Amino acid sequence: MAAMILAVDDSASMRQMVAFTLKGAGFDVTEAADGAEALQLAKSKNFNLVLTDVNMPNMDGIVLTRELRKLPNYKFTPILTLTTESTPEKKQEGKTAGATGWLVKPFNPEQLLSTIKRVLG
Amino acid sequence: MTVDVTQFHQVFFEESLEHLANMETGLLQLDAVGNDPELINVIFRGAHSIKGGSGTFGFQAVAEFTHLMETLLERIRSGKAAISPEITAALLESVDALRDMINALQAGTDADPTRSASLQQRLAALLAGAEGAAPDSSAAKQTPSSAGSSGDGGWRIRFRPHRHIFQTGNDPYRILRELAALGELEVSVDVSAVPPLLDMEPESCYLSWDLLIQGQITRAEIDEIFAWVEGDCDLNIQPLTNQKTPVAALKAAEARPAGEKAVPAVAEGRPAAERRQGEGESIRVGIEKIDAIINMVGELVITQSMLSQLGAAVNELNPAALENLRDGLAQLERNTRELQEGVMRIRMLPISFAFSRFPRLVHDLSLKLEKKVELKVSGEQTELDKTVMEKIGDPLVHLVRNAIDHGIELPEARKAQGKPETGQIQLDAYHQGGNIVIEISDDGAGLNRERIAAKARERGLLPEGEPFDEQRVIDLIFEPGFSTADVVSDVSGRGVGMDVVRRNIRDLGGNVDVTSQPGQGSRFTIRLPLTLAILDGQLVRVGNHIYVAPLVSIVESLQMHTERVNVVAGRGEVYRLRDEYIPIMDLRGMFGIKAADAKLADSLLVVVEGEGKKVGLVVDDLLGQQQVVIKSLESNFKPVAGISGATILGDGTVALILDACQLVNMACSSAADADSVSGQLTAAA
Repeated sequence: MAAMILAVDDSASMRQMVAFTLKGAGFDVTEAADGAEALQLAKSKNFNLVLTDVNMPNMDGIVLTRELRKLPNYKFTPILTLTTESTPEKKQEGKTAGATGWLVKPFNPEQLLSTIKRVLG
Repeated sequence: MTVDVTQFHQVFFEESLEHLANMETGLLQLDAVGNDPELINVIFRGAHSIKGGSGTFGFQAVAEFTHLMETLLERIRSGKAAISPEITAALLESVDALRDMINALQAGTDADPTRSASLQQRLAALLAGAEGAAPDSSAAKQTPSSAGSSGDGGWRIRFRPHRHIFQTGNDPYRILRELAALGELEVSVDVSAVPPLLDMEPESCYLSWDLLIQGQITRAEIDEIFAWVEGDCDLNIQPLTNQKTPVAALKAAEARPAGEKAVPAVAEGRPAAERRQGEGESIRVGIEKIDAIINMVGELVITQSMLSQLGAAVNELNPAALENLRDGLAQLERNTRELQEGVMRIRMLPISFAFSRFPRLVHDLSLKLEKKVELKVSGEQTELDKTVMEKIGDPLVHLVRNAIDHGIELPEARKAQGKPETGQIQLDAYHQGGNIVIEISDDGAGLNRERIAAKARERGLLPEGEPFDEQRVIDLIFEPGFSTADVVSDVSGRGVGMDVVRRNIRDLGGNVDVTSQPGQGSRFTIRLPLTLAILDGQLVRVGNHIYVAPLVSIVESLQMHTERVNVVAGRGEVYRLRDEYIPIMDLRGMFGIKAADAKLADSLLVVVEGEGKKVGLVVDDLLGQQQVVIKSLESNFKPVAGISGATILGDGTVALILDACQLVNMACSSAADADSVSGQLTAAA
């Protein structure tokens, strides 16, 4: 079965690009527009990987990561944050919250896929 | 795999423009409320999202520009720089410049690079100004230590994951796998830390590794692989060839457990509870799709009215079946109406779309005119048709500009009159019946009646020397050619007068009124239909044709008395209605309809009003009133004078919809102006 990925971003264009790329690579992708929505989805389904933007309304990616790590099913799940290079401290902030790693924006579909493959499969 | 990212551009443009609108609103509010963290957050998030997207989709100029904005906003957000009017102004202008850039990208043209370049310099200067307060965090890029250095033959790596490493979602196995992809990897595992089975925690990592990797591999490549576990392991990386590394250097390397670089988490947990307006859920629907649905529903309405006629006609049918038919029809009617209302609602947008530009307009214009103005908006969730919204924008802007330019006085003048220095402009919207009402009021000087009256006399619109009716004088500002430049005056050079405002509103089937109190301000009230697709009509028979007169334009209908019809030489006929003379138009003659019994005496007169003037339409009969779906005559046939469109009636015949304004104009140009005719007749009598 294809790995299930939860893609979280408040920007529709980024979300669409990520989802399109990953679906094209054979992954099963679910989209969420913010952390709160993602957390609800994560509770209903066991995703193999969570890919989240950091800056989002309602619940940001850092809080989402922290909340996910509290769930038994997400104790070891790879969680990657999408961050911009101008905020290096965000990488560490994400890690402190329990994120596995990060992907630096801007990225192209190829970079996205190679990063995903680092933690899946 | 290659992915064509251009397919996401349109979405990116649209959401960027939305972000810009939010940022603009936020910045303007910031002006009013000062340093509000949640506001700054919203503004920051806008810049941040645009930057992320533009980089990803290859719009470098936008990305560079937003990077500066974002960096500046990040400073403010983290409290390293204070928000100031200069910063707000520069950011507002940047929002404008970005909007131009995005619009240009969308249109496939180039934006003016000089503007963004000079703004970039300004932002950079502001950033430099904030520099003293804080180190440039953006410049402190995480440079991989000794990135360039390359072990000629390879590297020796001591990798000791901390116990909790699995709980970060990382897995040493995957790291080993990636290393193996770089070159020849020799792995020896250290199991000394593994406890007896009883004491072992299954979720902990007790293993560590000594790794030897050979090949032309840079330190940066190694660092990248371990980047995600920095702080979650002890790591010692040494180049293989440097066998004789001085002990000191080794120690130094050892003393670099990456974990110490971890920055304490900034308190990030902003309360998410306060959901800002405008971040609600929405759907994007192509207008053409909605138009198609509206068209279909229109057809359904026609079918329904056809069936109702059938139901009314078949009386001799078996009564039980007839009852059922009627029930079914009643249900169809209800469903149709609900469906119609539901679909129309898709086209409805909150008027905040039209109101959203005003905070900025008021901000800029009051600065320019050195006035203090506060804008209050209410009812911005009131919905109206998108088409109406687009067309009402300009008239509203005009009225608001006028209110600031001529309504609100300078602060000193206000003070002298005992008013607060800051003037108020209030924008209101609400539903009333089938209409939307928009009010624009100010607490300024009000309209100057004397000057309007003087001007009107000059132009012969008011009789000399007579006392004037106040409301009538005020209404004169809507007269065509009533130069607003010298009276109510306009922000000069824009060449749009109040008559255009009124004409635009009337084109939408609405009207505008004004009330004004000297020294206390003016209030403009605009009434508009909620939609342009459906109209309440009065069906009238002319010969054997049926026409539809818009119900809103009908003043009254009456039986004609031939003795009240007067012929004015060379100017057609007028009808004496109480103390008024109204030009009459015989629709039979006008539309070339031959009626067997074309006698005025048996005819009815429908008095319609357009652009403030009345005209009587002679018709044979008044039929029912009903809602009609407007079909464009221009797109299906060609424009016809005096007709605004067509509709299809229950029996399938096409009925033309009369355009009251055009008919009035036609009557006035062919016959005499109602006033002067009245004058002549009064003189003759």
